[in-house]
Amino acid sequence: MVENDRWGMLLSHLVLILGVAIVVFPVYVAVIASTHPPGTFVRGVMPLLPGPNALENYRIVISEGRSTAGTPPIGGMLWNSFVMAMAITIGKLSISILSAFAIVYFRFRFRMFFFWVIFLTLMLPVEVRIVPTFEVVADLGMLNSFAGLSIPLIASATATFLFRQFFMTVPEELMEAARVDGAGPMKFFRDILLPLSVTNIAALFVIMFIYGWNQYLWPLLITTDPEFYTIVMGIQRMVTGGESEPLWHLVMATVVLAALPPVLVILFMQRLFVKGLTETEK
Amino acid sequence: MASIQMDDLHKVYAGGVKAVTGISLDIADGEMIVLVGPSGCGKSTLLRMVAGLETISGGTLRIGDRVVNNLEPAERDIAMVFQNYALYPHMTVFNNLAYGLKNRKMPKDAIDRRVREAAKMLEIGDYLDRKPRNLSGGQRQRVAMGRALVREPSAFLFDEPLSNLDAKLRVQMRVEIRQLQKRLKTTSLYVTHDQLEALTMADRLVVMNAGRVEQVGTPMEVFDRPATVFVAGFIGSPAMNMIDAAYLRETGSADDLDGLPHGTDLIGVRPDDLLMTPPDGPHLRLAGRVALLEPAGAESHIYVALDDGDQPITVRVQGLPMVEDGARVNLYAALAALHPFDRVSGVRVT
Ligand SMILES: Nc1ncnc2c1ncn2[C@@H]1O[C@H](COP(=O)(O)OP(=O)(O)OP(=O)(O)O)[C@@H](O)[C@H]1O
Ligand SMILES: [Mg+2]
Repeated sequence: MVENDRWGMLLSHLVLILGVAIVVFPVYVAVIASTHPPGTFVRGVMPLLPGPNALENYRIVISEGRSTAGTPPIGGMLWNSFVMAMAITIGKLSISILSAFAIVYFRFRFRMFFFWVIFLTLMLPVEVRIVPTFEVVADLGMLNSFAGLSIPLIASATATFLFRQFFMTVPEELMEAARVDGAGPMKFFRDILLPLSVTNIAALFVIMFIYGWNQYLWPLLITTDPEFYTIVMGIQRMVTGGESEPLWHLVMATVVLAALPPVLVILFMQRLFVKGLTETEK
Repeated sequence: MASIQMDDLHKVYAGGVKAVTGISLDIADGEMIVLVGPSGCGKSTLLRMVAGLETISGGTLRIGDRVVNNLEPAERDIAMVFQNYALYPHMTVFNNLAYGLKNRKMPKDAIDRRVREAAKMLEIGDYLDRKPRNLSGGQRQRVAMGRALVREPSAFLFDEPLSNLDAKLRVQMRVEIRQLQKRLKTTSLYVTHDQLEALTMADRLVVMNAGRVEQVGTPMEVFDRPATVFVAGFIGSPAMNMIDAAYLRETGSADDLDGLPHGTDLIGVRPDDLLMTPPDGPHLRLAGRVALLEPAGAESHIYVALDDGDQPITVRVQGLPMVEDGARVNLYAALAALHPFDRVSGVRVT
């Protein structure tokens, strides 16, 4: 705290309130819009107060979907998104924590070379390598499958790098103490490094989950079977797919539901990493 | 319980640094050996070679009857206390102590018994459920000790275990560690650069310099008869004064320097051995001016600039002497209290 006087307080609260308002307003509009009947939007004015149609809208989205636009009921798409996001998250975390472990704790030939190769892939996100990646996935017969949805997105230089940085702050003596205590490398990893990384894992979990959940271009490209549509694609199809005006009330209801799982993940993980933040300190 | 034998140990680090160059040392079962030496002389390196945390570049290391050169630390049956304690931050004190035993697949009730025994010995029984971060520095130190104790290893290795404690606690822990070690009769190798720790704790002292051993002996032997100029200057505080024998001959201030062994050209004299009044028997006399009087509680240090001498001489006296800065003084030392050295080789002349 720099200042404690009234005006300072007032000003900082004002700035914070303004910031929150800017962030929250679109969400508010989406929630409100999802409670109105179809006709409201034709007038081109966004309502700011709740409408009467909430239950009806959500019922349609959840149980019927919008068959005319080729979108299935939302449940399946939510599930697909969830599976894909989880697969990406868990895959990314396990691969990157293991590679960081290898790079920091083992002295093998070309160690730094591998590190830089991993680092270089930072420059190659999916969007850049999308055509060759599609080719490979198609050749491997992974179109329209969870494997195809998640595996190409699993490699993560960012997470590897972050774990590496974290491991390098763990005192070397801890590893030596564990060696004297009879713990081999994997035991050290499991018993000591992993528990110490909980905070980092939780934070990265949230980031990776949202990254996976928000994937749009890639699922759009490799899924043609509605069985494997993800929720983000579903929203897109709802907006553009129909022959008539987009049904904004249904789109918004879908959007609200699509935003829920990431929120839940954050709420759940937040406990973990707040706990971690206050407890890991030596 | 085991003896440790080092036979011509060498260590060359990957970068080509020669940290240990030919150290041979026999440590008897139950003995407490203290390694001292200036920073960077290779103490930690040697200790870590014994622990198995650094590879041995040359020579043979035996613990008990086994050659352990290529064994993992855990297989060497040693326990180590680290300078920063290296406690597992996410584990309770109990688990910190128990971890090594669990890894050895010891039955649960035996682990429990051993941990509680060690905790009782170190008076940390009340903290067994706490995490290290909720302990004070001294308590962490005890936990680190406890982790070594529970293993009941054949040797303890300490790398400056007390250097992170405040002065008072350090003295207290020093005494406790020594008592514990005497009681358990576990062979110990203790690294420090605190010479008081070294002198008080050691059965035998090993003074190291630049990767080599300068002298091995009981603390009194090393203090009373330093084998080299280096040891003479390193052990004892304030440091021993070194006076050129030629200077003494020129000023004609000694009764009879011929009483010293042949070949002496550098003479060491401890600050305590310089007296303000002439002793009986053969002695030497130094004349100079008080450059500074430094009271230090129970004792005082007088820095004296000798007539025509280049470096000042330190004198230690009890209480506060009746001299003033700038006053002329005569200092005397019995010939028997002098340490004769050869200047070129730095070795004691006998
Ligand atoms: N991992 C390493 N790689 C290369 N050189 C090293 C390494 N560790 C230590 N050294 C060098 O080896 C020499 C001895 O180091 P060591 O740590 O054994 O000294 P020390 O006597 O324990 O010193 P201190 O009292 O400061 O702890 C030093 O010159 C040091 O720079
Ligand atoms: Mg050291």
